[in-house]
Amino acid sequence: MTPPSTKPRLFKVEAVVLKQYPLGEADRLLVLYTPELGKLRAVAKGARRPSSKLGGHVEPLVHTRLLLARGGSLDVVSQAEAVHAFPGLREDLGRLAQALYCAELVDAFTPDEQASPPLFGLLVEALATMEEGAEAVFLHCFELRLLALAGYQPQLRHCAECEGPIEPGQHWLSYRAGGVLCPRCAQGVSPPPAPVSLNALKSLRYLQEQPYGRAQRLRLGPEVGAEVRGLLRGYIRYLLEKDLKSTEFLDHLRREGMAPWE
Amino acid sequence: MTSRNFDSLPTVEPVARLIEELNKLPGIGPKTAQRLTYHVIRLPAEEARALAQAVLDVKERVVFCSRCYNITDKDPCAVCTDLRRDQTRICVVEEPLDVLALERVQVYRGMYHVLHGVISPMHGVGPDDLRIRELLVRLQGSGVQEVVLALNPSLEGEATSMYLQKLIAPLGIRLTRLARGLPAGSELEYADEVTLTRAFEGRQEL
Ligand SMILES: [Zn+2]
Ligand SMILES: [Zn+2]
Repeated sequence: MTPPSTKPRLFKVEAVVLKQYPLGEADRLLVLYTPELGKLRAVAKGARRPSSKLGGHVEPLVHTRLLLARGGSLDVVSQAEAVHAFPGLREDLGRLAQALYCAELVDAFTPDEQASPPLFGLLVEALATMEEGAEAVFLHCFELRLLALAGYQPQLRHCAECEGPIEPGQHWLSYRAGGVLCPRCAQGVSPPPAPVSLNALKSLRYLQEQPYGRAQRLRLGPEVGAEVRGLLRGYIRYLLEKDLKSTEFLDHLRREGMAPWE
Repeated sequence: MTSRNFDSLPTVEPVARLIEELNKLPGIGPKTAQRLTYHVIRLPAEEARALAQAVLDVKERVVFCSRCYNITDKDPCAVCTDLRRDQTRICVVEEPLDVLALERVQVYRGMYHVLHGVISPMHGVGPDDLRIRELLVRLQGSGVQEVVLALNPSLEGEATSMYLQKLIAPLGIRLTRLARGLPAGSELEYADEVTLTRAFEGRQEL
């Protein structure tokens, strides 16, 4: 963590642009994720004009190198040079939708100016993977890695309440307890925990415990896939107390048969 | 953030209210809102009334054209009813201001369709929030031969173009987009005439 006052007047950052808002006449407000300073906001002045040199270098999902000037309330981008713009994400609607979801997840789970180089690495690697085309299960690998880095790794091997063993049989996942519950602890819990099939539990464990590369190659059937998706979404919704905006678009593509990764 | 900036102002209720309303407008911060308010205070009564009336008229007399969804004071709009224009081409834009920008450079003499936004998953704007279904209805058995996608070369503009391509391609209508003469991340509205003309003339098949 670096308090703003110790930043020099001009400083360089490497960043992924998580999202942007139009600001004033022709500026953009950028939400950046950087390895050393965590999440930052900065203004790209005039970036909406075609004559701007910044434009393509500060678009969402671009991995970029910025020279920032410390400003009154917001830092100002004085130079920008894209390291990798992930053009493959911009040419495929499904890949783009997946990548925007991952960027929104990072945004939602990170406080301002709290550095996490591993999270930055996870995001850049994920963008590269999705640019090549990723299966549905990739998003779940990403969700679980991100939850772990944010301190919310679900406990899937032992009861999240009593630490007792989880026997084969009926299983429940408690979002509040942050993991699976044994039948005894699942009794009378409010809100009632979500039932989890054995297949879904095994899949979640595999995705969480196997090395990242191997976990991504797991193939889930449509039923288990939908269950795993629902459980993770429920857990994330519980933690954030809201649905992420970009899930709506992913669902829309799925409904219209425009989700080839399914 | 709002009230604290006005410490220097006398707390005259109507003054504070106008400042607050102006401050809500895009691109107008508290300082500008203050300046505009004091300007209005100094205006002759009839000029102030004309301003208020103009604001009300825009709200009451301006509607969306039921064909192209551009803003108009009569429905259908002047473009949609102009028989000298090419009825077989539809140019799809984000905002009414984009129609203005394209009309200014006079490279295009077809019809328009205004989406009123772009798909922006990260801001929760989906296809159902835009005039996309209306566009598809317009294209059904219409004799339209070309759809030109003139959306901003931003991430959201590209996402919207890709989505429209998926929907329009099966209809067998020629689909083009503006040339990449416009730099990524920029907005049509701010393009200079040369850039915009070139971009239009260099539109590409989709
Ligand atoms: Zn227990
Ligand atoms: Zn019209």
